[in-house]
Amino acid sequence: MTDQTGRRWHDMGGLSADPVDPATHDYALWEKRVDALQVLTSTKGLFTVDGLRRVLEDMGEDAFETMTYYERWTASVNQNLLEAGTYTLEELGTKMAEVSARGTTYGEASDPNA
Amino acid sequence: MPHDHHDHLSPSGHPYRADQDAPLTYWQTMEIAMRELLVEKGVTTHEEITAQIEAMDRRSPADGAQVVARAWCDPAFKAELLRDARQSVIDMGFELGPMNLIVVENTADVHNVIVCTLCSCYPRNLLGLPPDWYKQRAYRARVVKEPRKVLSEFGLNLPDDVQVRVHDSTADMRYIVLPERPANTEHLSQSELETLITRDSMIGVARAKAP
Repeated sequence: MTDQTGRRWHDMGGLSADPVDPATHDYALWEKRVDALQVLTSTKGLFTVDGLRRVLEDMGEDAFETMTYYERWTASVNQNLLEAGTYTLEELGTKMAEVSARGTTYGEASDPNA
Repeated sequence: MPHDHHDHLSPSGHPYRADQDAPLTYWQTMEIAMRELLVEKGVTTHEEITAQIEAMDRRSPADGAQVVARAWCDPAFKAELLRDARQSVIDMGFELGPMNLIVVENTADVHNVIVCTLCSCYPRNLLGLPPDWYKQRAYRARVVKEPRKVLSEFGLNLPDDVQVRVHDSTADMRYIVLPERPANTEHLSQSELETLITRDSMIGVARAKAP
């Protein structure tokens, strides 16, 4: 995670890399929701942008290569909310089991009445 | 996310992403759970979340273009914008939150480009959410080291005598580029000028469009 210069993985300015891939994508609803939750919970003082980044940076390079941007944000916002005591790990686990039991697509799982 | 097939494009011309139509993922499950717990705990409401998404969706490079076009047309505003960008854009009615902002001006002699080498800091309140490449390794790693080469990959080939300045954003300080006004635009109105000002020209990987 840290090379001999003391540089951590996310500190990538100046390193060699591939040509820029100009492809982009339309943000999905679930990604916009993660973004909104981050803005709202940090605005309400539950954690700071530094807390968001601490968790992202601690995830390490592997997460940067294998998870999408908003997947990493989901993990970080969740970790910060757990640390803030907003909800417990048990409450999260119970809720996630409930959500995934609703269906096999995002739409079905988003509907509490399913 | 890499994609090898370009035969399935959305109406906006972008490839459909697996996120949109694939089976429910672990992280999507966590997002739904987080959101419902936050509502149940009274931290936020579904209405507030929807309003926040709508506010973000309303932001686009057209907002930044209003600021740039005004600066092109109004020298006093431009001077103030370069002196105190945050206050200038708040006075125009834009909501900046806690974000500090510096406007960097492109001229015939100097070309500015912005990046966030550490993550993804971006003037999102004036441009909307960043393009994927802004957050990816290739751009973040290389634009501070070989900016002319990176810019050429965007189709912008700068003469050797133009100085390139790369600005590395932080969570506390964002930059936005004031592109150079294109030639032969003296007859255009401010709103006509706005149509020449693209997202990429305000990141600094392109010039404003020619009329």
